[in-house]
Amino acid sequence: MVMIIQTYWEMLLKAMGQTLLLCLLSLVFASVIGMIFGLMNVGHNRALNFIGTVYVDAVRGVPLIVLAYFIFFGIPAAIQGLGFSDFRLTALQAGTIALSMNCGAYMAEIVRAGIQSVDRGQMEAGRSLGLSYGAGMALIVVPQAIRTMIPSIINQFIITLKDTSILSVIGFPELTNVGKTVMGNTFRPLQAWAIVGIMYLVVITILSKVSKRIERRVNRGR
Amino acid sequence: MAGNGAVKISVKNLKKNFGSLEVLKDISLEVTEGEVVVLIGPSGSGKSTLLRCLNQLEKVTSGQILVDGCDVTDKHTNINKVRENIGMVFQHFNLFNHLSVLNNMTLAPVHLKTLSKEEAKEKALQLLTRVGLADKAEAFPSQLSGGQKQRVAIARALEMNPDIMLFDEPTSALDPEMVGEVLAVMKELAKDGMTMVVVTHEIGFAREVADRVIFMEGGYIVEEGTPDEIFNHAKEPRTIDFLSKVL
Repeated sequence: MVMIIQTYWEMLLKAMGQTLLLCLLSLVFASVIGMIFGLMNVGHNRALNFIGTVYVDAVRGVPLIVLAYFIFFGIPAAIQGLGFSDFRLTALQAGTIALSMNCGAYMAEIVRAGIQSVDRGQMEAGRSLGLSYGAGMALIVVPQAIRTMIPSIINQFIITLKDTSILSVIGFPELTNVGKTVMGNTFRPLQAWAIVGIMYLVVITILSKVSKRIERRVNRGR
Repeated sequence: MAGNGAVKISVKNLKKNFGSLEVLKDISLEVTEGEVVVLIGPSGSGKSTLLRCLNQLEKVTSGQILVDGCDVTDKHTNINKVRENIGMVFQHFNLFNHLSVLNNMTLAPVHLKTLSKEEAKEKALQLLTRVGLADKAEAFPSQLSGGQKQRVAIARALEMNPDIMLFDEPTSALDPEMVGEVLAVMKELAKDGMTMVVVTHEIGFAREVADRVIFMEGGYIVEEGTPDEIFNHAKEPRTIDFLSKVL
């Protein structure tokens, strides 16, 4: 095990960096997607409700691995078929799109549930003072919803971090993919996967400890 | 404080359905400037719904509501602008829990630019003094008692400088010992000539402060008159029956 670490530490750390990069990019896009579709789903516009529901149901109903294959292989093939023969998606691009869409759908549900957990009277009080629906959402409802959303968001972030491993199937050089290489080179699967597993565990533990602290800080003064 | 004649609110043939349930069947009503109108009646009689129709928190099914001559049921009316002029106080206070008392009060006027930040703060402190809570400006709603919350809610509504105040069972969620402090603030307001429509079960308040009492049941206005006419000389059997249970 020490030998593996001595030989491969640089490669493994780099892979961890790629994992975190993919995760971070996806979380940023997923937060935006989640906010947009979540707000669509709580409004009273039927067309927007419909779009939001279809998106959430469609993405949640497809395994991430299938979505990743679809975007990495399917979309470029379709676009090439339209005459853009040079069109390619890198594994990072396809991976970010797939993971953002996937995480975004779950975030949309978290946003919807968070907003609906805020008492209706809060919006009514805002409206009765002359605020528009948008201002009521932005200034009154969403700030309160975020507090209740934080534990679920942290949970979703951790799931997404772990889901990056699925994108090893499209050849993205993240930690699990590099773990396969290490195993293949050393013929020591037990040690190789133990090291990879511990690396995930350490990062996720740090992430959840930091998140807990943020959560406590946000809830102060409530 | 009887009204001085100018009509502030005019409701004509108002109907409101929730699905197949008819909550308001045919309501016509006028409130003049400076008048204090108290709505009483059993639960489910439509009092709160009527009040909530006045500032369009509930969309009406049919009929017309004019506030200061402006048809609030008309789609082309800028309802947000009209609402700036109609303060509302809710049964459950509905203070913004994530904001301090001061920010609860200054949020709307600052966002809507009816007051600058400094003006809003100054006005808020004056109003808090008026409702006896000057020392609570920096407190959060969770640190206040029910009575204090409701007084802040009244002050928050007054911060917009409304012509009309609507009260939706403002004391129903309060512990009995806190009812008095809220009613006292409302009495002050009435004395200062505010046009008020109040849904309440506080018969004592209605007797003392109301210019007109309206008894509602089953989505209709059954009887209306001065407090003396309603509480001492009611004509309708349903009014008499209701009052015999609450007086």
